[in-house]
Amino acid sequence: MSLIIRVGMAEYKAARSPATLVTLGLGSCVGVVLYDRVKKIGGLAHVMLPDSRLSSQKDFNPGKFADTAIDALLQDMLKLGANRKSDIISKIAGGAQMFKMKAESSVMQIGKRNVEAVKAKLNELDIKIVAEDVEGNYGRTIEFFCETGELTIKTIGHGVRIL
Amino acid sequence: MYSDLELDALREIGNIGAGNAATALSMMLSKKITIKVPQVKIISFNDVSELLGGPEKLVVGIFLRISGDIDGNILIVISEEDAYALAKTLLNNNRDINRDFSEMEESALAELGNIIGSSYVTALSELTKLYLKISVPSIAFDMAGAIVSFPLSLYGYLGDTAFLIETEFVEGLAGIKLHYLMIPDDKSLKQLLKAIGVSTFESDNSRRNGGI
Repeated sequence: MSLIIRVGMAEYKAARSPATLVTLGLGSCVGVVLYDRVKKIGGLAHVMLPDSRLSSQKDFNPGKFADTAIDALLQDMLKLGANRKSDIISKIAGGAQMFKMKAESSVMQIGKRNVEAVKAKLNELDIKIVAEDVEGNYGRTIEFFCETGELTIKTIGHGVRIL
Repeated sequence: MYSDLELDALREIGNIGAGNAATALSMMLSKKITIKVPQVKIISFNDVSELLGGPEKLVVGIFLRISGDIDGNILIVISEEDAYALAKTLLNNNRDINRDFSEMEESALAELGNIIGSSYVTALSELTKLYLKISVPSIAFDMAGAIVSFPLSLYGYLGDTAFLIETEFVEGLAGIKLHYLMIPDDKSLKQLLKAIGVSTFESDNSRRNGGI
């Protein structure tokens, strides 16, 4: 029996094998997977926005922003016993632009900006992105299997991919 | 965060907008359209997609951006089955239910969204005397969670909840439902309330000290 853990918008969760981490209907948000391949400890964050510095709340939920969500998720994984030095890797998916607009303001391209912010943060932490399926104009449901390290991406009309 | 007076005023704005939009929709379809009483909802991000049938529910979303004196988003969400039925009514054809939307059907649905959104915003503009314009419609056929993510995500800077003025248009005979969400940008909400003269300012301490 494997445990299925659902990660909603602006949430982040860490788990041990054989758990499966799932996020349904990702649009402009980005699903960030961190994985300790040796200990088989995985984590999934459902990031909504690029930058916590723009938050007007002081006491905000760290799961919302690329910079703070990845830090928080990593901490939770370390608490579960993941080893920072044992080569934690990352896989990312999402960041779509669901609606095409004539005036392509940066506000509209939130998906793209989310992807850039996630990549910058992972780079800063020196975590390698081994696979990605980002941007485009369609939604994604993603499942990460802590046992195998596989990330399954399901779409409507754009097939199924395994990263 | 918002007083009853403010919420009532926003509901009334929704009512007037929706009334105007229902009339236009009724003319376009030559059908009777009823509207549900608009509601103001302040709910968590995850509850918004639950409201539309769950994050993986397949829906058509028509998106329009409001700009001008205030900024915001209009999102019309129609279930897959209802969108097929609507496309059939609009183009008066005998479509095969298992077929994907044709380009013609997509533009017909987008035009329908345009008519609803424009008449809603026109009513809003007349009521508030605010200058408002509306973008061309953009359409997507995908999972509800993905469809709502963009207009909602901008709220993340402000807090952990989304603010929406919601209503439902129901077509008489076939019972086709169109879920209508007006999602003002964070800063625009106060301006909207001010324009209709019900904004309670933080500086107005008299109310707090046993005033009204």
